[in-house]
Amino acid sequence: MSIQRPYVRSMDGWWKRNAYYTRYMAREVTAVFVAAYAVVLLVGLVRLSQGEAAFNGWLQALKTPLSLVFHLVLFATFVYHTWSWFNIMPLTMPIMFVGGKQVQPGTITGTGLVAAVIACAAVFFIVRRMHP
Amino acid sequence: MADAGKTIEIEVLRYRPEEDKEPVLQTYKVPLTEDTSVLQGLQYIKDYLDGTVSFRWSCRMAICGSCGMMIDGKPKLSCKTFLRDYYPGKLRVEALAHFPIERDLVVGVENYVRRLEGIKPYLIPKEARTLEEGEYLQTPQQRDRYMQFSACINCMLCYAACPQYGMNPKFIGSGHMAILDRYNADSRDGGREERMGKVNEADGVWDCTAIGYCSVVCPKQVDPAHAINMYKIKSSTNYFTRFVTPEGADK
Repeated sequence: MSIQRPYVRSMDGWWKRNAYYTRYMAREVTAVFVAAYAVVLLVGLVRLSQGEAAFNGWLQALKTPLSLVFHLVLFATFVYHTWSWFNIMPLTMPIMFVGGKQVQPGTITGTGLVAAVIACAAVFFIVRRMHP
Repeated sequence: MADAGKTIEIEVLRYRPEEDKEPVLQTYKVPLTEDTSVLQGLQYIKDYLDGTVSFRWSCRMAICGSCGMMIDGKPKLSCKTFLRDYYPGKLRVEALAHFPIERDLVVGVENYVRRLEGIKPYLIPKEARTLEEGEYLQTPQQRDRYMQFSACINCMLCYAACPQYGMNPKFIGSGHMAILDRYNADSRDGGREERMGKVNEADGVWDCTAIGYCSVVCPKQVDPAHAINMYKIKSSTNYFTRFVTPEGADK
């Protein structure tokens, strides 16, 4: 005799079951750090609107050891954020053919990463020229 | 079958609805050679050790899509996974994750099949043609556009890889999106508008958070994560173009 009584397994703690899921969660968490840095910049904008003294105070606060450590942490998470998102960029692109051959995912990811590095370098040099 | 008496332990997640409140592990010792698949290991158990163990299989050559299961926590086809890769340790086989277990390694597929029917996985000709008018022609380039997605064998490994499907069984899932695009992208097909409703709805593509593990586990290199994420752009375009096109967006 057989009876039907389907068993549904729990999804609790699913993101710890597989290293792939854990890396995915790490990628999602980096967005919190991006938001945190946006807040830092927004505070700077508010201080700028309050006058020179207020803005200089914000600049001084950025130079404290705690702030430098915080920015190093932000930088590390931004690097992971950039890499992980360009890594999945090929998934979001339409299927493209160049010269009759399908563009490979590695090409799309590589192009994105190169563009990110060039954009960072451009911003860095522009800032350096403004504040030699 | 045995190769110099080598054996390996297989832990099978058993669930017998008549007697088990919840699934329990049962261990079997099976002989192996260099080319013994996990499926053959299970067949050995059923033939010689315990005839009550239930599992699905058919072709033994990775084309029917029946023998998918969790092997050491990863969704795999048991016919193309080999015991030698787990020797001298042991391995654990469980029913495909994110599906209800009917019995042992057999899962319920009703939800999957019902939703597959919903995306109309067949050609809906752009124009009706008579026999005299001849066949619907297609160039190799036009065929290449959907070729990759046509390789799906409905093995459901991508669903077992998708936590979003595990948390919301109404989610369309990436496998169905690959099949949907196989028809939408076909130059002979005219059913795109009928299918876009399923793409745009609440349980359509937007439940996907681009985890991407579905494409990693796909045994036919279909890349279903590509299909579903590609359709997020199509769905957005479809939503916004209704404001500027006289006939509006697809339903």
